[in-house]
Amino acid sequence: MTERTDISRYAVRLGDDALILGHRVSEWTSRAPFLEEDLAVTNVALDYVGRARMFYQYAAELEGGDTTEDTFAYTRDARAFTNLLLCELPRGDFAHSVVRQFFYDAYALPMLQALKGSYDDRLAAIAAKAEKESTYHLRRGREWMLRLGDGTEESHARMQAAVDELWGYTHELFEVDELEQRLIDSGIAVDPRLFQHDWHDNVAGVLREATLSLPEADWSIRGGRTGHHTEYLGYLLAELQFMQRAYPGLKW
Amino acid sequence: MSDHMQLYEVFIRSRRGLDHKHVGSLHADDPEQALEYARDVYTRRSEGVSIWVVASKDITASQESDCESFYDPLDDKPYRHASMYEMPEGVDSL
Repeated sequence: MTERTDISRYAVRLGDDALILGHRVSEWTSRAPFLEEDLAVTNVALDYVGRARMFYQYAAELEGGDTTEDTFAYTRDARAFTNLLLCELPRGDFAHSVVRQFFYDAYALPMLQALKGSYDDRLAAIAAKAEKESTYHLRRGREWMLRLGDGTEESHARMQAAVDELWGYTHELFEVDELEQRLIDSGIAVDPRLFQHDWHDNVAGVLREATLSLPEADWSIRGGRTGHHTEYLGYLLAELQFMQRAYPGLKW
Repeated sequence: MSDHMQLYEVFIRSRRGLDHKHVGSLHADDPEQALEYARDVYTRRSEGVSIWVVASKDITASQESDCESFYDPLDDKPYRHASMYEMPEGVDSL
């Protein structure tokens, strides 16, 4: 396997994370609790979908031929998607979405900061652009964590339930397979294990401040990177891909 | 929208060197959140380089009924306007 293929697959992974999470966030559009949050949350969704496009475009260039960004987004089935499971879980209630977003953004920011130093110039450039967005997302997310965690009895209970439910999905964020190890060795991919402790400290600190407790979950689940997804991804793709499936090659 | 949300007025400076201008208002829980929503609601198309938010309740505003006592007395004091001066040559506006 050539390095070019490795980089393409790595870019698709990062693109898949962004597209699937962005789609989940976009499900709040017109359904957020109030107008200001509706616009804010939609901005976040757009940031993520835009990020997916940058990664897919790069992967498409590496693949060559007729492959485009749309090939990745619209013509693959669930088994071919390699996003982290955390990204595909249903949006749940607002607390659930806030916690998922915070867990992910607390991972995305150091990940992008490290990716800026990649030997691959294109990945480094995408990371530099996305880092600014993630800095803002994390700031927003942290405040929602505090506001709802240390809010009313009801909001606190919903936040704690979300934290407990999502915790087992966070281990996958820091696991590295052979593909990523090869790219880490050649200075192209990010080794998430390097900031795993910082992530944990950061998250634990915010949970404490938000009067939420750190779960002592004895379970963890993985599989997204190898295409073993939850039952939810298929439904998400059915909606996301409908137009291109019904009218292949359709353009705006 | 929750009951305790407050109204904030939003001021944006569009370019360095210009003044902040009032652009509208929004609801938020606290000033920090108001600032972030101002970014999301009012600067989506790169409208600004600086944002101020002020709780609307903290603004003391003149009333319509103040007009007579506030502004009418100025009507007969034309010497306060610069309109009597002749513009120096080459100056378009003062």
